[in-house]
Amino acid sequence: MATALTVNNPELVHVHNDHGHGDHHHKETFLTKYIFSQDHKMIAKQFLITGIIMAVIAMILSVLFRIQLAYPNTAFPFLQTLLGRFAPEGRLDPNFYLSLVTIHGTIMVFFVLTAGLSGTFSNLLIPLQLGARDMASPFLNMLSYWFFFTACIIMLSSFFVQKGPASGGWTIYPPLSALPKAMPGSEMGMTLWLTSMVLFVASQLMGGINYISTILNMRTKGMDLWKMPLTIWAFFVTAILGVLSFPVLVAGVVLLVFDRSMGTSFYLSDIVLNGSVLPNEGGSPILFEHLFWFLGHPEVYIVIMPAMGLVSEVMAVNARKPIFGYHAMVYSLIGITILSFIVWGHHMFVTGMNPFLGGVFMITTLIIAVPSAVKTFNWLATLWRGNIRFTPAMMFSIGFVSFFISGGLTGIFLGNAALDINLHDTYFVVAHFHLVMGSAAIFGMLAGVYHWFPKMFGRLMDEKLGYLHFWLTFIGAYLVFFPMHFMGLDGVPRRYYAFTEFESMKQWLSVNTFITWAAIMSALAQVAFLYNFVSSIFFGRKASQNPWNANTLEWTTPVERIHGNWPGEIPTVYRWSYDYSKPGHDQDFIPQTVPFSQTLNSNLPHDFEDDPEVEKMQTEWLKKNSPSQEVK
Amino acid sequence: MKFQKSFFSKSLVFSSINLFLLLLANFSFAQGTAPTSVNAPTIDGSTADNNMWLGIGYNVLLFLLLCFVIAVIGRILKVYDLTLKMQNKKGMDWNTVMAVSFGVFLLLGLYGAYWEYTVHGSMILPDAASKHGVRIDEMFNITLIITTIVFVGTQILLFGFAYIYRGSQLRKAYFLPHNNTIEKLWTIVPAIVLTILVVFGSITWKTIMDVPVAEQRSALNVDVTAHQFAWEVRYPGKDKKLGLKNSKLYSINNKLGVDFKDHNSYDDLSADEIVVPVNKPVRINLIAQDVIHSFYLPWFRVQINAVPGLPTFFQFVPTVTTDDMRAKMDNPNFEYKLYCNKICGGNHFNMQKVFRVVKEAEYQDWVSKQKPYLSDQLRKELKMAVTAAPADSVTKNKLAFNKL
Repeated sequence: MATALTVNNPELVHVHNDHGHGDHHHKETFLTKYIFSQDHKMIAKQFLITGIIMAVIAMILSVLFRIQLAYPNTAFPFLQTLLGRFAPEGRLDPNFYLSLVTIHGTIMVFFVLTAGLSGTFSNLLIPLQLGARDMASPFLNMLSYWFFFTACIIMLSSFFVQKGPASGGWTIYPPLSALPKAMPGSEMGMTLWLTSMVLFVASQLMGGINYISTILNMRTKGMDLWKMPLTIWAFFVTAILGVLSFPVLVAGVVLLVFDRSMGTSFYLSDIVLNGSVLPNEGGSPILFEHLFWFLGHPEVYIVIMPAMGLVSEVMAVNARKPIFGYHAMVYSLIGITILSFIVWGHHMFVTGMNPFLGGVFMITTLIIAVPSAVKTFNWLATLWRGNIRFTPAMMFSIGFVSFFISGGLTGIFLGNAALDINLHDTYFVVAHFHLVMGSAAIFGMLAGVYHWFPKMFGRLMDEKLGYLHFWLTFIGAYLVFFPMHFMGLDGVPRRYYAFTEFESMKQWLSVNTFITWAAIMSALAQVAFLYNFVSSIFFGRKASQNPWNANTLEWTTPVERIHGNWPGEIPTVYRWSYDYSKPGHDQDFIPQTVPFSQTLNSNLPHDFEDDPEVEKMQTEWLKKNSPSQEVK
Repeated sequence: MKFQKSFFSKSLVFSSINLFLLLLANFSFAQGTAPTSVNAPTIDGSTADNNMWLGIGYNVLLFLLLCFVIAVIGRILKVYDLTLKMQNKKGMDWNTVMAVSFGVFLLLGLYGAYWEYTVHGSMILPDAASKHGVRIDEMFNITLIITTIVFVGTQILLFGFAYIYRGSQLRKAYFLPHNNTIEKLWTIVPAIVLTILVVFGSITWKTIMDVPVAEQRSALNVDVTAHQFAWEVRYPGKDKKLGLKNSKLYSINNKLGVDFKDHNSYDDLSADEIVVPVNKPVRINLIAQDVIHSFYLPWFRVQINAVPGLPTFFQFVPTVTTDDMRAKMDNPNFEYKLYCNKICGGNHFNMQKVFRVVKEAEYQDWVSKQKPYLSDQLRKELKMAVTAAPADSVTKNKLAFNKL
């Protein structure tokens, strides 16, 4: 705790360092080290492992409903053994199918790609890459994890209630979710869903406030905002986005709780359910959609932006090249952040909204494609004339860009209100978001895991297994989601339990079988990852201090991962983090801690843009020392 | 240290072989018993259970076998690698292998995308069977061409760069932190392309959704009410006007809650399917009774949500009759179907209705055969209900139906 309180003030830090940061300060028990840890690195690992477990659960759920879609007329006795009343006679119950879809979506979007991704890497990298001993509030940080953990438990516990988990889709539109009699999942399961989400949002807010204050207040000497790695920029804007939009979801959820249990009519009006006329009047289900998507749309950027940050960093390190257009990358992140608040209406084009409003949302939606395009081109330019090292992390980063392009382009169709009329809620949408935010974000996360594994566990993951994992997952994801576009273009709606009831959909049954087998293959491929992850924690090759020859600060910390991160003084930062393959330098990387005075051979006038005096000195030095070298 | 490590991996291999053999033995034993149970006269629960576990065991075994094969391949590669190194040659160059794989993936992927476009692409919806749908299709095709060009171009660049610029000790990457000209270029070009798409999209959107009031008045009004899990259809009678509705008036005989204080209601017709004349504007008036549903007619590029408490509508002109579409699709049983496209409960996947487009004469014939909504039972019931109806029902009706 002392660290957190004093680290803002450089003088106090020195005092603190003087009397050492030795172990005698922190008598750690098992409980304080591994369970109720306040160390950001341990909390990051807690988030990661919980996230992985949740991801595996959500993946198994997806395999279950894929089996139903592939073989709608076949009974699988093991399903009954596994799921009991939810799969009578070995066939999924239609309501339980919807529960599976709902919980798969909820877990993947919120618990894996929001908490598992931001929670892991923001916690791990913000202090390490900024040069801080821990987060601004380690206690809040710990609380953030335990709220998240509780939310996970509550969400999963809904599988054990009589009527099953929530089943109104991850968007839980009322009145379906508001009326317990509308479907079994809207009874206890929905109550648990709502409780879980409130705790989840609380966790995200604690985390977000912590990330923002750490980034703003606890950067080491020399680390001005424009010297921060893109990872930190991405976590920073993501946290801002989360803090501003998550409370709106809570507002929507609380009103829904009122409608469900206190007889209010925020979302309900003129309802006749199963022959009984309800007294509710004057509410609007569309209000919920507005509140939900005011979070829901920023949420997809909360998911994708940290992945973008991780990928930018991994790409620069492994292409041995500075990230192309660092400033453009930052501005496009900021642009996406701002624009993401005013695009939510594109989820609601066909709700009967005013056509003028639809037009406005269409304009803002297509504008947000511009910063996304800039980022994509910048990644491509980063690869151009690089010296690419294909670590598993780099493979996943390249996969990320490929998915981001494929899924992003279909967004141009869906963002177009006129085209959305026919594509809304079809498999085209499923294909779109699974590529652009599902697969892409999970690839960003996996790239992060492979890349920063040595920072978390001091060991390296096995490369060959990483390659195997990458190729099976990468090919599998394309095989699963690419054909879905065409199903959508044939007008096949999503969240259909079976394609057997409509003559026109039967042509897709064989494609569904194919997709399911591709999904099973990708799911099994994750065994390679899980085995690699777990065995590398204990038996992996020992990592050196800077295994990837990277520039950022986290690789200046010792392999042992001590509490407080650096044994002595926190290093000072002199340059940006992307001086890779700088001409004139003997190595192909210059860590951020190396002052310009030690790299006179490689300094460029550009490095001193702020200071004409120093720039002049450098130019003169170059003239004196290397007459052959051209000075720009 | 090294010895320890190799010892560990060896023991791992051995233990996995043992496990494998054990499972194999188990499996063959189980298989041996299986036929007898199948021959048993009555198949009881435990037999079914046995068969199930057998099936699962078999699949698990297959997977373990696969893992084993992969582990063996991994070992072989490692041994090969070590042999190369012992002969003072360079070991396996995984970097190049991966770069080449990306190159191969690019070629296969492009072919795969082409295959998808042609094979699955031929399974998609036929050309739009409505006037506005043609415009949507045009818009779609323009967007498809632009995005396909970008898709192919960027994927080629991505995997092409990955292949060409694979790492080498001999080379250093080209230090290029930024280039303002090219960055401006690839900000402005997408911006222009997107602006074009936005402008055309907006115009298309507005013409579809913002139908002038005069045109709305002249259209055939069809009232569709959605509830779990069916669509109720009501047609206007001779006055061509639909009577107002109020959900509070719901009863067994008046499932739509039609308000008979409104005289337009008296001649309204109730129908089992939606039949509309070709080439005439149709205005579908929607409302839901319980949860949100979505009225989706993919062949006509028509979709609008049905929301409880919020009346919505979609106006369009169907241009291809069901018969013509049957001929075109070469499928004599073809019917246009109405889908529900917003998750609405367990039977969401089977909430359908036939939507028929017919010639004008056929339509007139059909409509003349439809029964009045005001059935005899309802008449009987209303004799009492009319007096009992709340006095303020007229004001409430404003919400219940967006009358023009």
